[in-house]
Amino acid sequence: MGKNNQTFLFLLAILILIFPWAVGNNYFLMVLNVAALNFIVVIGLNLLMGYAGQISLGQGAFFGLGAYLTAIFTVTLGLPLWPAMGLSLLITALVAYIIGVPTLKLEGHYLVMATLGFNVITYILSIQLEPVTGGPSGFAGIPRLQIGGLILDSDKKMYFLLWAVSLLVFILSLNLIHSRVGRALAALSHNEIVAKCAGIPTENYKIKIFVFSAFLASLAGALYAHYFTFISPGTFSFFYSIQVVTMVLVGGIGSLWGSLCGAILLTVLPELLHPVKEYNVLIYGLILMLVLVFFPRGLLPVLVDTLGKKKV
Amino acid sequence: MTFTVQFLQFLISGLTTGSTYALIAIGFSLIHNATGIVNFAQGEFVMLGGMFMITFYTFSHLPMIVSFILTLISVAAVGFLLEYGPIRRAKSKDILILVMITVGASITIKGLSMIIWGKNPLNLPPFSGEDPFLLGGAAVMPQSLWIFGLTLGMVFSLHYFLKNTMLGKAMRAVAASRRSALLTGIPVNRMILLSFTISGALGAAAGIMLTPITTTSYDVGAMLGLKGFSAAILGGYGSMPGAVLGGLLLGVFESLSAGFISSEYKDVVAFLILLIILFFKPSGLLGQGKIKRV
Repeated sequence: MGKNNQTFLFLLAILILIFPWAVGNNYFLMVLNVAALNFIVVIGLNLLMGYAGQISLGQGAFFGLGAYLTAIFTVTLGLPLWPAMGLSLLITALVAYIIGVPTLKLEGHYLVMATLGFNVITYILSIQLEPVTGGPSGFAGIPRLQIGGLILDSDKKMYFLLWAVSLLVFILSLNLIHSRVGRALAALSHNEIVAKCAGIPTENYKIKIFVFSAFLASLAGALYAHYFTFISPGTFSFFYSIQVVTMVLVGGIGSLWGSLCGAILLTVLPELLHPVKEYNVLIYGLILMLVLVFFPRGLLPVLVDTLGKKKV
Repeated sequence: MTFTVQFLQFLISGLTTGSTYALIAIGFSLIHNATGIVNFAQGEFVMLGGMFMITFYTFSHLPMIVSFILTLISVAAVGFLLEYGPIRRAKSKDILILVMITVGASITIKGLSMIIWGKNPLNLPPFSGEDPFLLGGAAVMPQSLWIFGLTLGMVFSLHYFLKNTMLGKAMRAVAASRRSALLTGIPVNRMILLSFTISGALGAAAGIMLTPITTTSYDVGAMLGLKGFSAAILGGYGSMPGAVLGGLLLGVFESLSAGFISSEYKDVVAFLILLIILFFKPSGLLGQGKIKRV
């Protein structure tokens, strides 16, 4: 991790700490909490897209698996909170592994399709398996998170937990891409065949990074379930997978700081556009298309470049 | 109803929807062969087919054949614009970026359609009559015959076009090797544009024929697109006979599982087949095994 990163991270941590005192509004904190959850998903997806050159359109399914499994384990089976959460993350990672092994061997968009198909299947199952998932009306009564004796029952308490977790994931990932593994991944995304010739086990790395991205999505999903205590199929549909992909692309493929901006921007934007909710789908589609056509590297890198040039 | 009659009944309805899947799958294959990208907006073409037909036929009271042709032209124009606009103007020609552009386009089309045609399902009357006739004990809707006939006609004319006309041969040359095609003076860009336009028309035809059976609404595109894609993968991605075979098989599988197992899980079948094929035989049933492993 470079010196620049450390300074920025320090500033970011301070900003996060003072923010709740700057706005007393719970609604705004809730929006930022959702942004933190999305950020966790987006980091994982960006590692996959930017460093393994693969796109997953199934992050919504992994998010949903994390949420539903932890709900079923804690409420239906009565397991203790943290082991239940851990177990749901492990199962989701295992599912991702099973999908990843055969599809990541193939060149091209097979992962896109397999994850997409998987997302549709989980969505249909979450609606149809009513005795287990609660069907279309959702799953209620999920316990809140508890650390020691402290029950995290307010937006503010969750704010600190969620941003602490997302910062931790952020720092871990920044370290990861500046490590040997990260350089191997960078080589892999540039030219897989060359990377392979250089002795990098590319297939292995691609699978690992895909499983890691699914793990992060399910972590966010499980946290979501325990935060809102209620989940329903709509939250984990294919559209969520598209949303997180859009966040990655707007922030810039391969730029984790961009992901932070993308996640916050695209979580806050729909809230601002709430009066014209009908246009939400259209606006997402247009943003995705226009950013990709004109700024395939994302908005943040372009912004940084133009600002950098002005200084010189 | 005896088992055989029941089976025959499901087989016929499966082949009916399967024919439309085949048309969608051919659209996927055409664009894939010309550009190497998966066009996620293919399903939206199908949705637009139904919507434009309803607009021209039900709302504007134009004659059916005129509405049919106008719809084909309109959706072909959407395909044309998709290529001529976003795909061609894209600053990065990276395949993944182009694929995601089609995803963006499909969501944009879906969002626009919701605003234009509303959220309620819309319906079209069948092309001719609603009285089924019996075939070996199973009831066949006249609409099924229309679908078989039109699909057959379209597949054969497309086949003729690709094999016997200069333009079709040029398109196949681009599919075989873009670079060599360019070197022999084939306007590759125009061929790509043509493949998007034809795919739009094929999707529209599928949508027009399917709507009287299933009704349509702004959000059916993604599911239909995915089924067409599954069909294309099942038959062998990029292969025309494969697309037809895959479409028909997928339709029959779906119909049989809806009939004998449960109609609620009908949509799961397509994706299970997709995953199974991807896992065990990614080149598909009729694929030439050109799938590259890295």
